[in-house]
Amino acid sequence: MKQLMLGNKAVARGLYEAGVCFVSSYPGTPSTEITEEAVKYDDIYCEWAPNEKVAMESAFGASLAGKRSFCAQKHVGLNVAADPLYTMSYTGVNAGMVIGVADDAGMHSSQNEQDSRHHAIAAKVPMLEPSDSAEALEYTKIAYEISEEFDTPVLLKMCTRVAHSQSVTETGNRVEHDKPYEKTISKYVMTPANAKKRHPFVEERTKKLIAYAEKSPLNRIEKGSRPIGVITSSTSYQYVKEVFGDDIYVLKLGMVNPLPDQLIRDFAAMVEKLYVVEELDPIFENHIKALGISVIGKDALPMIDEFSQNLVAEALGEKAPEGLAFNEEIPVRPPIMCSGCPHRGLFYTLKKLGCTVLGDIGCYTLGAAPPLGAMEMTLCMGASIGATHGFNKMRGAESEHKTVAVIGDSTFMHSGMTGLANVAYNQTNSTVIILDNSITGMTGHQQNPTTGYNIKGDPAGKINLEALVRAMGFERVSVIDPYNLTQCEETIKQELAADAPSIIISRRPCALLKYVKHNPPLSVDINKCIGCKSCMRIGCPSISMKTTAGKTHASVDATQCVGCGVCTGLCPVGAFSGVDAKGGENK
Amino acid sequence: MSTKNIMIVGVGGQGSLLASKLLGQLLLKNGYDVKVSEVHGMSQRGGSVVTYVRYGDKVYSPIIDKGEADVIVSFELLEAARYMEYLKPEGRIVTNTQTIDPMPVITGAASYPENLVEKMQSAGAQVDAMDCLSLAVEAGSPKAVNMVLMGRLSKYFEFTDAQWEEAMQAVVPAKFLEMNKKAFALGKQQ
Repeated sequence: MKQLMLGNKAVARGLYEAGVCFVSSYPGTPSTEITEEAVKYDDIYCEWAPNEKVAMESAFGASLAGKRSFCAQKHVGLNVAADPLYTMSYTGVNAGMVIGVADDAGMHSSQNEQDSRHHAIAAKVPMLEPSDSAEALEYTKIAYEISEEFDTPVLLKMCTRVAHSQSVTETGNRVEHDKPYEKTISKYVMTPANAKKRHPFVEERTKKLIAYAEKSPLNRIEKGSRPIGVITSSTSYQYVKEVFGDDIYVLKLGMVNPLPDQLIRDFAAMVEKLYVVEELDPIFENHIKALGISVIGKDALPMIDEFSQNLVAEALGEKAPEGLAFNEEIPVRPPIMCSGCPHRGLFYTLKKLGCTVLGDIGCYTLGAAPPLGAMEMTLCMGASIGATHGFNKMRGAESEHKTVAVIGDSTFMHSGMTGLANVAYNQTNSTVIILDNSITGMTGHQQNPTTGYNIKGDPAGKINLEALVRAMGFERVSVIDPYNLTQCEETIKQELAADAPSIIISRRPCALLKYVKHNPPLSVDINKCIGCKSCMRIGCPSISMKTTAGKTHASVDATQCVGCGVCTGLCPVGAFSGVDAKGGENK
Repeated sequence: MSTKNIMIVGVGGQGSLLASKLLGQLLLKNGYDVKVSEVHGMSQRGGSVVTYVRYGDKVYSPIIDKGEADVIVSFELLEAARYMEYLKPEGRIVTNTQTIDPMPVITGAASYPENLVEKMQSAGAQVDAMDCLSLAVEAGSPKAVNMVLMGRLSKYFEFTDAQWEEAMQAVVPAKFLEMNKKAFALGKQQ
């Protein structure tokens, strides 16, 4: 049946049809929906792992056990899982194993714009790259055939525009696969002696994969009428076709590592002018130039940001359409902390106390944005704790009394624990605040090891954060409610002053969780409000300043306000009425 | 048929996902090649959001570029103006007149531009603006703004009410169907 399907959902459908039995992933935009869709098939066991490395190792174990397996992550997640990946290239697989990786050119929701093709080249594993949902489904299935035929893990590269666009897809039936497990020490125990024997296998495999790439329908030449040729892949292929239709020659690469040298040479000989259209790094371009072929790539097209049809048109000398111009500056609308977000009160307090805040990856990274502006560093998952330790080691007691690490519950489980082990072991009096909103928030509400539920929402193991950090040797452990500004301020002051490391758990579930019951919206007594804008300092989207009969006053948007009551703690005249954060009547 | 482009813009959380789902269903059912593109993740949180719906005999690019949109459907007035450069010179804007202050306006760093409908018109756009929120409330829920807008959009399409209704049945939960149909009708007749 023909249906409109999200690219990530099409990958999940491909997993189902390929007979995959095991999926383990850590959520990351734009890869998350692959696993969320896969879990809807009863034939596939799915889980959220604590991080990408664990996910990939678990999927490897499942492959070893003889079942087709999969793990998905965003581009930066593959860095975390690079360690198992590079040696799995040597061991190869038992049952087929495919690794989904989703790049984010344009950084819609990422901290960098790295190009995952580098990992495929460096790890010496094949990489397929679909350009729409139909290909996402088809390539997923082909990836398992390649994996088993060539004894290798296979990377399946998505990007934001393929992962998050829906296109017409046709589905097929599931075919089961099962392999026995056989003890093979020389293949699966990568001691130097065994690995030395496996490396030649890897090099030989690459030669065989190149021969496959030369003939595979994954790479195809589309002939045109003008003597211009473009070598391209993924969503860039769609932009090229959008601009030129069938007018020019296109070499569409579906397998982007290793590359088919002879096919490229043959294609180059068909045209007078040759372009490479690839987002991010000049990987095809450098490869083609090394073959001695003259080609235009990054001289005409940027290495930064994602492409579009107009960008491709202009770079290749075509005219792009012009739109209407609105000749007035339009205020930007950046993402913001939601109404009732539990992070808001905490960041307000950190700002008020003048803390140096080293942050991490999650919704709370928005704490760096105006008007709070209360975060000074964000690097990668888990970095807040390691960086705070290093910062405090170098700046000493003065820094220890004003610097905090802030990290979410899911990010803490991902890679914060090891940073904390360093604080415990090498001893700084660091203050670490775990923002426990009981969910992985930014990627759209995924369960994690601290929530007590699994990916299906069924009860699961639950790691107790207080017990965990106490077991690591931390004696100063406190729990605060971020809606309670007084408690926040007192506890943070006290723990920063202590000559010992402290863990503060700021606990309040995400306001968007379905089970969270909201209070009725607050309202402002216009007669009491003095228009001082104290309440505006928390950057709540529900509060704005309005003018009524010549008087400027705060106003609450009742459709957005969830009655968290944080603003009531800021008002010097008690102008807000409704239910306060502790559930009692405010006045 | 050459590819037609509909952009749906608004503020994260306003319900544009259901609108694009409905359009995708309608267009696919009626024999077109369709691509619908949206961005998930960070930008959901109160930020500016945009969804692209493209249809025709054969659609390649999943996104709409500047100067390509036949129609911009906007859930919020400022967002209509923000994306106006994506409109074809002869294109049309169908917009809700609701305004939601972005953070720079909330903090006082910027002000919300005034007379946006007139300004968009004088810049050359055909603008069909209406208070969709009131009509949605009249239909039974402020969340039905999306169906009010779809009803309005339907005036500029060749599809019959029966075709829209069939698509609605496929994407709207049964218990909300009547309310959504009412919202659609209010948007269309207003």
